[in-house]
Amino acid sequence: MSTQTVSTTTQPPAKETKVTVEEKLYLAKYKLDERPHLLIIDQDICQKCAAINGSPQPCMILCPADVFKWEEGKRNIVSYDNCVECGACRIICPYSNIEWKYPRWGRGLSHRYG
Amino acid sequence: MVEKYEVLVVGAGPAGAAAAITTAKGGMSSVVIERGDFAGSKNMFGGIVFTKPTAQIIPEFWKTAPIERRVVEYQYWLLSSESHVQINHRNQRFLKDFNSFTALRARFDKWFAQQAEAAGALLLTRTTVTGVLRDSTGKINGVSTDRGDILADVVIACDGVNSLVSKGAGLHEEWNPEDIAVTVKETYALPKDKIEERFNIRGDEGVAVQFYGGRNEEYAGFMYTNKDTISFGVGAIMSDLAAFKTRPQDLLEWMKSHPSIRPLLDGTTLREYTAHLIPEGGYDRIPPLFTDGMMVAGDAAGLVNALNFEGTNFAMISGKFAGQTAIDAKKSGGVYTSDRLSGYRTYLENSFVLQDLKKFRQVPRYIATHKQFLTLYPELMNSVLYKFLEVDGRPKEEHLREIKDELYTKRGRLGILRDLYGIYRRAT
Repeated sequence: MSTQTVSTTTQPPAKETKVTVEEKLYLAKYKLDERPHLLIIDQDICQKCAAINGSPQPCMILCPADVFKWEEGKRNIVSYDNCVECGACRIICPYSNIEWKYPRWGRGLSHRYG
Repeated sequence: MVEKYEVLVVGAGPAGAAAAITTAKGGMSSVVIERGDFAGSKNMFGGIVFTKPTAQIIPEFWKTAPIERRVVEYQYWLLSSESHVQINHRNQRFLKDFNSFTALRARFDKWFAQQAEAAGALLLTRTTVTGVLRDSTGKINGVSTDRGDILADVVIACDGVNSLVSKGAGLHEEWNPEDIAVTVKETYALPKDKIEERFNIRGDEGVAVQFYGGRNEEYAGFMYTNKDTISFGVGAIMSDLAAFKTRPQDLLEWMKSHPSIRPLLDGTTLREYTAHLIPEGGYDRIPPLFTDGMMVAGDAAGLVNALNFEGTNFAMISGKFAGQTAIDAKKSGGVYTSDRLSGYRTYLENSFVLQDLKKFRQVPRYIATHKQFLTLYPELMNSVLYKFLEVDGRPKEEHLREIKDELYTKRGRLGILRDLYGIYRRAT
């Protein structure tokens, strides 16, 4: 068994760390609906959108919960378990390319304050 | 066996609960279907609720309702990048007349829906409505849900800004990004005594703050004092954010880091982050309010006066009128076709709901197309006051000349007059 020594010499000065949206969302009460309530209808349209509007695409700019991530040149990855169910992506998508439903049976986000 | 009710309300927010309270009290069998874990669990607002419209639904509600603080002071902050001009109005009459109170939706809506249950309505939570059902004549006669179908003589859609039910029923198309604000909000914990000290309030007094300016995007920020939490957030029109490629959460971070705002949040602990949409298109964007077998109320019908941050009261009162219309239709023969439901619009037209929205119908788009109101003018007010207050050994004459120069080069004498007249004509 070897012991590792931890260097304590050069630590960068403490910086003000910004909490990411993902970290903020950990505070939420959330029950997953295994069936995704958000779906990209056609990934080819997202490619076209990236070509026309650049990336981040409108859904990625407007989503307050960082649900959409662009895998460069490939596809729009949807982390629907981050979703706060606001509906912004559905309205801003220039191609109506997001199938948007509510989660079932009381699942999804639950506010404690609101 | 399929369940059947006289009235089926979709959504247990302020509109839905008010509708169900009205119909249940009027003796109609009523069911409210709520997709959340409990009523209020999916809801979010700034926010404050105005007292008098609420008391029209539940008289003396403040004796039992979970209100946070009674608003004694309204503040308007006009920001520049590192400064602000503040206009406050504190008035004891706001307390005496009890104008408004701060609230948290997850608590208030839960209580409000309980009032519907107490009146005799059935509340079904954790049930998502997936569409409307129609009889052989095409009249809506119920809804499908993720737990099965439920039939009703009349459906009242109070399913919020996304209004999937009324859109699914073909009542209206999708909203335009120009007419919808996306709002992000954070709730922070801070001990009660710290809140009172920080905002100069006592007991259950509260403060409501609005923020504008300091950015190229048009936005409206807000801060509300609750008992032992602070609500803080920002809303901006979706198309504007898209045009500037600004994420709403980044706008919120910018506000939080503003040197005038940051001290107000010192020592707080973040408790919740969430987002919601607000339909701000006003009168000209209101969809059809009723069809055969269905009425639409609250945010689902776009009934929001964004100018005065009013939405909850519009929801409650429109829900009440939809409920009253259902009662009227039952009394006059129990037919719920669109001609029998047209009284709903008349009720709304005879109240502040459609009168206010009609009165200010041009303002949202006027401000949206005249960006100087929320961008240039806050900036100018800050720099004018700075130059007025600055003492630097030069004669005041020079300061005044600089002020005039700035006003005239940045907007021009004629431009300022035109703006003043423009907003006066549309808002009075």
